[in-house]
Amino acid sequence: MSKFRKEGGKETPAISTASLPDIVFMLLFFFMVSTTMREVDLNVSVLVPEAKEIVKLEKKDLVSNIYVGVPMRKFQKTFGTEPKIQLNDQFATVDDIQSFIASEREARKEELRNKLTTSLKVDQYTKMGVIIDIKQELRKASALKLNYSTRQAAE
Amino acid sequence: MARKTPELNASSMADIAFLLLIFFLVSTTMDIDTGIYKKLPPIPEDETPENEPKVKQRNVLAILVNRNNELLVNGELLDISQLREKTKEFILNPKNDKNLPEKNVKTIPYFGDVMVSKGLVSLQNDRGTSYETYIRVQDELAAASRELKDEKAMLKWGKKFRDLNDDQQAAVKKYVPMQISEAEPKNVGGGR
Repeated sequence: MSKFRKEGGKETPAISTASLPDIVFMLLFFFMVSTTMREVDLNVSVLVPEAKEIVKLEKKDLVSNIYVGVPMRKFQKTFGTEPKIQLNDQFATVDDIQSFIASEREARKEELRNKLTTSLKVDQYTKMGVIIDIKQELRKASALKLNYSTRQAAE
Repeated sequence: MARKTPELNASSMADIAFLLLIFFLVSTTMDIDTGIYKKLPPIPEDETPENEPKVKQRNVLAILVNRNNELLVNGELLDISQLREKTKEFILNPKNDKNLPEKNVKTIPYFGDVMVSKGLVSLQNDRGTSYETYIRVQDELAAASRELKDEKAMLKWGKKFRDLNDDQQAAVKKYVPMQISEAEPKNVGGGR
């Protein structure tokens, strides 16, 4: 029996941590690939309403966002407390939407231009007046694919 | 021969990688955009209202929402929670009521000759209606449509609508048409 016993086999060897950086790098790359950076700073506060019959918005690069909501507190002195439209990084009016859509189309490849979806991120306490105006402008710009951004409501 | 280069100590590599990892964890968002998908009608090229097809009154479910977020459905004050049932009853018209939409026979793949409702939902908002109410109405209508489609799909295939293949989905869509027309905006309540 004692033939097979190793000398000093009782001590557990130290676990090698050499592969730890590899594991962490793997995690790092996963997060780098799977997440997207916030593209715009919101100047308006937006809490989208809840809904149950929702669909996922695929292809984020084919979506242009229009934000509508009450300006954040630091902008309220200059822009008031009425709901405002935000396009890209700045406040805008309804008349700017057509040129906004045109520039969004310009930024995409030619074959993808008619697949562009407009996502309306509108605060739930906004009145329909603004949205009706926006929809009319979108129709004029023939950006007919529309998505009303909503949260998933609890069942 | 050159001197042996001493081996590089790589034990701090993990720390650096962790630091980067934590930075990305904090600075990124993973939220997926979800929402209600709609297609806007194109602006008619010639503005002659005579071209519009006349629709009989019994075929229209007129939903009016006023600035106090109250619903008037075919002249009757209704709570938003009742809208789904009302819409389903309107489209199905189980007792062939004279005040509910007509049906006509259509040939649809998989189903054969079936009675298809001619119903049309017309939605009109005031400028003062809140966006939340508007979305809730849209949501209820979408839910009514989905429930009707699920019902038909269940009867025929024993599956839910979204589990069917594309051809079957198209057939069910023809069987249960859900047309929602949004009227041109008008200013009822006065306020913006």
